[in-house]
Amino acid sequence: MAPPGSPSPSLRALEDLGRATLRAIASLGFGAQLLLDSIAWIALGRRRGQAVHAAPVFSEMMQIGVRALPIVSLLAATVGVMLSIQGIYQLRRFGAEDQVVIGVAFGMTREFAPLITGILVAGRSGSALAARLATMTISQEVDALRVMGINPVRFLVVPSLLAMLLVLPALVVWADLVSLLVAGAYVSSELGMTLQAFVLQTLDLLTAADVMHGVWKSLFFAVLVALIGIVDGAAVSGGAEGVGRVTTNSVVHGITAIVLTDMLFVFATTR
Amino acid sequence: MHPTPRDSEPSAPVIEVQGLVAHYGEREILHGVSFAALRGEIMVVMGGSGSGKSTLLRHLLGLERPTSGSIRLLGQEITQMSELELYELSRRIGVAFQGGALFSSMSVGENVMLPLREHTRLDRETMRIMMRLKLEVVNLAGFEHLMPAELSGGMVKRAAFARAIIMDPAILFCDEPSAGLDPVVSSALDELILRLRDALGTTIVVVTHELESAFRIADRITVLDRGEILVVGSVAQVRESPNPRIQNLLHRRFEEEEIDADAYLARLTGEGARRA
Repeated sequence: MAPPGSPSPSLRALEDLGRATLRAIASLGFGAQLLLDSIAWIALGRRRGQAVHAAPVFSEMMQIGVRALPIVSLLAATVGVMLSIQGIYQLRRFGAEDQVVIGVAFGMTREFAPLITGILVAGRSGSALAARLATMTISQEVDALRVMGINPVRFLVVPSLLAMLLVLPALVVWADLVSLLVAGAYVSSELGMTLQAFVLQTLDLLTAADVMHGVWKSLFFAVLVALIGIVDGAAVSGGAEGVGRVTTNSVVHGITAIVLTDMLFVFATTR
Repeated sequence: MHPTPRDSEPSAPVIEVQGLVAHYGEREILHGVSFAALRGEIMVVMGGSGSGKSTLLRHLLGLERPTSGSIRLLGQEITQMSELELYELSRRIGVAFQGGALFSSMSVGENVMLPLREHTRLDRETMRIMMRLKLEVVNLAGFEHLMPAELSGGMVKRAAFARAIIMDPAILFCDEPSAGLDPVVSSALDELILRLRDALGTTIVVVTHELESAFRIADRITVLDRGEILVVGSVAQVRESPNPRIQNLLHRRFEEEEIDADAYLARLTGEGARRA
């Protein structure tokens, strides 16, 4: 690929690294700008004669949230049971199996429910958002919006962002409920305690702060997934192949951002 | 609404481009383009691929900002406009994109109604009637419930026209109306463009590389080649132009670039290959 007379390979690698870094910073800047723009349109849209409509927000919520319920429930239940099995196995060494409730309750609400839900939504809806925006960019639909005097941020970005913000915390709370109930059913049958005892013990241990820890995190995830989907989608070049590429990018970027943010959030709030 | 003092003068140019210089990255695409379109005329901007006609169109639509030069639409300078001012102006401008650019998640009727829904406070039934009126104009009556994916290429373009004229624009831009269509459908679209001008008195700018269609519909033609305007004139003036580059375009002769021996050698040996 390198044309003759170009700089040495190591210099080229450095050049590529520099270019990639600049691109990443530019994407971050674009994402931040989209977020600010979105807030501005939500706050001032009506005054600018471009109100944010409710209908697309609801249809997005349907798509991102309600349609994701079965798969979120399945994963939450699976992770709940998995945590219970691992917990019982570890705690048996100390003869403290009945303490497994602590691990499952805290693990699910603080960590696994938001993480699993976030990753799932990134894979399911972040990618869909990227693919849709990329297709619209290529087929000049975004240009068409602008020449019709319709701001694309207001029309395309804000509904997805709002829907994501409203739906992801709800999904997380749902995942909390499902996973704890299923884990309770498993633990109670395994340890010969009643489901009622498990539920009471869980309610006794868990505080609202634990549940809110997960919910707050999910708000960050929501913003990340929506913005990454849109930034990646808008960066499309080339035809159908380009759409595939940015879609994949959005999933990888989304999951990475979620896991990193999770760690930073825990680091900042939990030590 | 914004005051548009020149609007009322019948012969004032509706579109006035002066000294437009545009870059794509480092590369200069338009080297000082100037032309004007008058009220109610069909101005065809003609050029081959790489001539800069798409870039020119994107600037006329306010989708790109030029490096220098001025663009006046309906008497208003758009190069310095804020985003919101551009949105305001764009209510009086319609655009039919090359591929239609219909929103695939909306039916044809919803697509056509979208500008009304966003910019007016009309009630739904009135909007529906206006939408059906425009679908009648483009011969798509009864297709409002179909999705864009269910339409043929020619129908997509006609639906895009209906959406472009729903606000009764003062200027209508058409990007490659006949691209990708068979000759019959494409000449039907030409008829449609002529009919729209006669019915609405709209100034229409058609960007195309199709000679036949250009000669059929144009009141005047602007020939663009490699980022420069070669001629602006009537169909006859363009046909009779002595300019060899225009004659080459008209006779579909591929124009060989003159070979500079030194540059040729440099390209072959690799120096300057990166520039090319």
